[in-house]
Amino acid sequence: MTIQLVFLARLRERFGVSREAFALTADIDTVAALLAALRKRGGAFAEELAEGRAFRVAVNQDVVTFDHPVHAGDEVAIFPPVTGG
Amino acid sequence: MTCHVRVHEADFDLGAEIKALRLGNPAIGAVASFIGCVRDMNEGDCVGLMYLEHYPGMTERELEKICAEASDRWEIFDTLVIHRIGELKPLDQIVCVVVTSAHRGESFSACQFIMDYLKTRAPFWKRESTPHGERWVDARTKDDAAAERWKQ
Repeated sequence: MTIQLVFLARLRERFGVSREAFALTADIDTVAALLAALRKRGGAFAEELAEGRAFRVAVNQDVVTFDHPVHAGDEVAIFPPVTGG
Repeated sequence: MTCHVRVHEADFDLGAEIKALRLGNPAIGAVASFIGCVRDMNEGDCVGLMYLEHYPGMTERELEKICAEASDRWEIFDTLVIHRIGELKPLDQIVCVVVTSAHRGESFSACQFIMDYLKTRAPFWKRESTPHGERWVDARTKDDAAAERWKQ
Protein backbone atom coordinates (compact mmCIF):
# COMPACT_ATOMS: atom_id res chain seq x y z
CA MET A 1 0.00 0.00 0.00
CA THR A 2 2.51 2.61 -1.08
CA ILE A 3 2.57 5.47 -3.56
CA GLN A 4 5.52 7.19 -5.19
CA LEU A 5 5.85 10.86 -4.28
CA VAL A 6 7.69 13.08 -6.75
CA PHE A 7 8.80 16.63 -5.88
CA LEU A 8 10.00 18.97 -8.61
CA ALA A 9 11.88 22.24 -9.09
CA ARG A 10 11.76 24.62 -6.12
CA LEU A 11 9.78 22.17 -3.98
CA ARG A 12 12.36 19.42 -4.60
CA GLU A 13 15.04 21.78 -3.32
CA ARG A 14 12.98 22.92 -0.31
CA PHE A 15 12.10 19.35 0.75
CA GLY A 16 15.58 18.01 -0.01
CA VAL A 17 14.16 14.96 -1.79
CA SER A 18 13.10 14.29 -5.38
CA ARG A 19 11.29 10.97 -4.99
CA GLU A 20 10.13 8.82 -2.08
CA ALA A 21 7.92 5.83 -1.37
CA PHE A 22 5.03 6.85 0.89
CA ALA A 23 2.99 4.30 2.87
CA LEU A 24 -0.75 4.92 2.56
CA THR A 25 -2.95 4.49 5.61
CA ALA A 26 -6.71 3.86 5.41
CA ASP A 27 -7.53 7.53 6.06
CA ILE A 28 -5.38 8.78 3.17
CA ASP A 29 -7.63 8.24 0.18
CA THR A 30 -7.55 11.67 -1.54
CA VAL A 31 -4.95 14.25 -2.54
CA ALA A 32 -6.32 16.54 0.21
CA ALA A 33 -5.76 13.86 2.88
CA LEU A 34 -2.27 13.18 1.53
CA LEU A 35 -1.41 16.89 1.69
CA ALA A 36 -2.69 17.04 5.29
CA ALA A 37 -0.43 14.10 6.19
CA LEU A 38 2.58 15.75 4.54
CA ARG A 39 1.92 19.05 6.35
CA LYS A 40 2.14 17.18 9.67
CA ARG A 41 5.84 16.62 8.94
CA GLY A 42 6.26 20.33 9.74
CA GLY A 43 9.14 22.46 8.48
CA ALA A 44 9.28 23.08 4.74
CA PHE A 45 6.38 20.67 4.13
CA ALA A 46 4.03 22.58 6.43
CA GLU A 47 5.17 25.89 4.99
CA GLU A 48 5.13 25.12 1.26
CA LEU A 49 1.96 22.99 1.26
CA ALA A 50 -0.03 25.34 3.49
CA GLU A 51 -3.49 26.19 2.18
CA GLY A 52 -3.39 29.17 -0.14
CA ARG A 53 0.18 28.47 -1.32
CA ALA A 54 0.57 28.07 -5.09
CA PHE A 55 1.43 24.49 -6.03
CA ARG A 56 0.02 21.82 -8.32
CA VAL A 57 -0.57 18.10 -7.85
CA ALA A 58 -0.47 15.50 -10.63
CA VAL A 59 -1.65 11.91 -10.11
CA ASN A 60 -0.14 9.53 -12.65
CA GLN A 61 1.03 12.57 -14.62
CA ASP A 62 -2.34 14.32 -14.92
CA VAL A 63 -2.93 17.54 -12.98
CA VAL A 64 -5.86 16.98 -10.60
CA THR A 65 -7.94 18.83 -8.03
CA PHE A 66 -7.44 18.04 -4.37
CA ASP A 67 -10.58 15.88 -4.13
CA HIS A 68 -9.00 13.38 -6.57
CA PRO A 69 -8.61 9.85 -5.12
CA VAL A 70 -5.22 8.36 -4.33
CA HIS A 71 -4.65 4.61 -4.70
CA ALA A 72 -1.74 2.27 -3.97
CA GLY A 73 0.71 2.30 -6.87
CA ASP A 74 -0.07 5.87 -7.92
CA GLU A 75 2.66 8.36 -8.76
CA VAL A 76 1.79 11.64 -7.06
CA ALA A 77 3.85 14.67 -8.10
CA ILE A 78 3.78 18.00 -6.29
CA PHE A 79 5.30 21.00 -8.03
CA PRO A 80 5.21 24.81 -8.34
CA PRO A 81 3.20 26.55 -11.08
CA VAL A 82 5.03 25.91 -14.37
CA THR A 83 7.37 28.45 -16.00
CA GLY A 84 8.55 26.95 -19.29
CA GLY A 85 8.53 28.32 -22.80
CA MET B 1 -2.56 15.27 -38.27
CA THR B 2 0.83 14.32 -36.94
CA CYS B 3 2.15 15.67 -33.69
CA HIS B 4 5.88 15.71 -33.09
CA VAL B 5 7.15 16.46 -29.59
CA ARG B 6 10.80 16.51 -28.58
CA VAL B 7 12.36 17.50 -25.26
CA HIS B 8 16.16 17.56 -25.15
CA GLU B 9 19.29 19.54 -24.34
CA ALA B 10 20.53 19.96 -27.90
CA ASP B 11 19.83 23.06 -29.97
CA PHE B 12 17.53 22.92 -33.00
CA ASP B 13 17.52 24.32 -36.54
CA LEU B 14 14.11 25.76 -37.39
CA GLY B 15 14.84 25.81 -41.13
CA ALA B 16 15.70 22.12 -41.18
CA GLU B 17 12.63 21.29 -39.07
CA ILE B 18 10.26 23.17 -41.40
CA LYS B 19 11.85 21.55 -44.43
CA ALA B 20 11.30 18.11 -42.89
CA LEU B 21 7.65 18.89 -42.01
CA ARG B 22 6.85 20.14 -45.52
CA LEU B 23 8.65 17.32 -47.30
CA GLY B 24 6.43 15.76 -49.95
CA ASN B 25 3.19 17.44 -48.83
CA PRO B 26 1.96 19.88 -51.49
CA ALA B 27 -1.32 20.35 -49.58
CA ILE B 28 0.55 22.59 -47.10
CA GLY B 29 -0.09 26.22 -47.98
CA ALA B 30 0.95 27.80 -44.69
CA VAL B 31 3.64 27.29 -42.05
CA ALA B 32 3.56 29.31 -38.83
CA SER B 33 6.39 29.09 -36.33
CA PHE B 34 7.40 30.58 -33.00
CA ILE B 35 10.78 30.56 -31.26
CA GLY B 36 11.29 31.52 -27.61
CA CYS B 37 14.79 32.64 -26.58
CA VAL B 38 16.68 33.33 -23.35
CA ARG B 39 16.79 37.07 -22.56
CA ASP B 40 19.67 38.70 -20.71
CA MET B 41 17.33 40.62 -18.36
CA ASN B 42 14.40 39.45 -16.21
CA GLU B 43 12.59 41.33 -13.43
CA GLY B 44 15.21 44.08 -13.67
CA ASP B 45 18.22 41.77 -13.14
CA CYS B 46 20.90 40.54 -15.52
CA VAL B 47 20.54 36.84 -16.22
CA GLY B 48 23.83 34.98 -16.73
CA LEU B 49 22.66 31.39 -16.96
CA MET B 50 19.32 29.65 -16.99
CA TYR B 51 18.57 26.07 -16.00
CA LEU B 52 15.45 24.32 -17.29
CA GLU B 53 14.01 21.38 -15.37
CA HIS B 54 11.02 19.26 -16.41
CA TYR B 55 8.93 16.26 -15.34
CA PRO B 56 9.95 13.52 -17.80
CA GLY B 57 6.98 11.57 -19.13
CA MET B 58 4.32 14.08 -18.10
CA THR B 59 5.96 16.79 -20.20
CA GLU B 60 5.71 14.84 -23.43
CA ARG B 61 2.15 13.68 -22.67
CA GLU B 62 1.00 17.19 -21.85
CA LEU B 63 2.54 18.65 -25.02
CA GLU B 64 0.90 15.92 -27.12
CA LYS B 65 -2.46 16.68 -25.48
CA ILE B 66 -2.08 20.41 -26.24
CA CYS B 67 -1.27 19.67 -29.91
CA ALA B 68 -4.26 17.30 -30.12
CA GLU B 69 -6.52 20.04 -28.72
CA ALA B 70 -5.17 22.45 -31.34
CA SER B 71 -5.96 20.01 -34.13
CA ASP B 72 -9.49 19.57 -32.75
CA ARG B 73 -10.02 23.33 -32.97
CA TRP B 74 -8.38 24.10 -36.31
CA GLU B 75 -7.88 22.39 -39.67
CA ILE B 76 -4.15 21.80 -39.45
CA PHE B 77 -1.74 19.14 -40.77
CA ASP B 78 1.33 18.86 -38.55
CA THR B 79 2.46 20.27 -35.25
CA LEU B 80 6.00 20.27 -33.93
CA VAL B 81 7.08 21.30 -30.45
CA ILE B 82 10.75 21.23 -29.41
CA HIS B 83 11.60 22.33 -25.88
CA ARG B 84 15.15 22.41 -24.59
CA ILE B 85 16.16 21.48 -21.04
CA GLY B 86 19.32 21.81 -18.95
CA GLU B 87 21.67 24.76 -18.93
CA LEU B 88 20.98 27.66 -21.31
CA LYS B 89 22.39 31.16 -21.64
CA PRO B 90 21.14 34.47 -23.09
CA LEU B 91 20.67 34.31 -26.89
CA ASP B 92 20.02 30.55 -26.76
CA GLN B 93 16.82 29.18 -28.25
CA ILE B 94 14.53 27.56 -25.64
CA VAL B 95 11.43 26.42 -27.49
CA CYS B 96 9.93 26.24 -30.94
CA VAL B 97 6.41 25.54 -32.16
CA VAL B 98 5.65 24.90 -35.84
CA VAL B 99 2.21 24.33 -37.35
CA THR B 100 1.33 23.55 -40.97
CA SER B 101 -2.05 23.98 -42.63
CA ALA B 102 -3.66 24.74 -46.00
CA HIS B 103 -4.35 28.39 -45.13
CA ARG B 104 -2.59 30.87 -42.86
CA GLY B 105 -5.33 31.64 -40.33
CA GLU B 106 -5.37 28.12 -38.90
CA SER B 107 -1.57 27.92 -38.54
CA PHE B 108 -1.30 31.35 -36.92
CA SER B 109 -4.03 30.62 -34.37
CA ALA B 110 -2.94 27.06 -33.57
CA CYS B 111 0.69 28.14 -33.10
CA GLN B 112 -0.31 30.83 -30.59
CA PHE B 113 -2.74 28.49 -28.83
CA ILE B 114 -0.08 25.79 -28.41
CA MET B 115 2.43 28.30 -27.04
CA ASP B 116 -0.09 29.87 -24.62
CA TYR B 117 -1.08 26.45 -23.27
CA LEU B 118 2.52 25.26 -23.10
CA LYS B 119 3.36 28.24 -20.86
CA THR B 120 0.65 27.34 -18.33
CA ARG B 121 0.36 23.53 -18.56
CA ALA B 122 3.62 21.88 -19.63
CA PRO B 123 5.69 20.94 -16.57
CA PHE B 124 8.86 22.95 -17.12
CA TRP B 125 10.54 25.20 -14.56
CA LYS B 126 13.23 27.85 -15.03
CA ARG B 127 15.94 28.67 -12.53
CA GLU B 128 18.10 31.67 -13.35
CA SER B 129 21.45 32.96 -12.12
CA THR B 130 21.60 36.69 -11.46
CA PRO B 131 24.20 38.88 -9.68
CA HIS B 132 22.05 38.34 -6.52
CA GLY B 133 22.31 34.54 -6.76
CA GLU B 134 20.13 31.77 -8.11
CA ARG B 135 16.33 31.96 -8.12
CA TRP B 136 13.38 30.02 -9.48
CA VAL B 137 11.31 32.05 -11.92
CA ASP B 138 7.78 32.76 -10.67
CA ALA B 139 4.73 31.96 -12.79
CA ARG B 140 3.19 35.07 -14.36
CA THR B 141 -0.50 35.90 -14.19
CA LYS B 142 -0.15 37.36 -17.71
CA ASP B 143 0.51 33.83 -18.97
CA ASP B 144 -2.63 32.51 -17.26
CA ALA B 145 -4.65 35.30 -18.88
CA ALA B 146 -3.18 34.46 -22.31
CA ALA B 147 -4.26 30.81 -21.98
CA GLU B 148 -7.63 31.77 -20.51
CA ARG B 149 -8.73 33.80 -23.53
CA TRP B 150 -8.85 30.63 -25.70
CA LYS B 151 -11.67 29.34 -23.48
CA GLN B 152 -14.00 32.17 -24.50
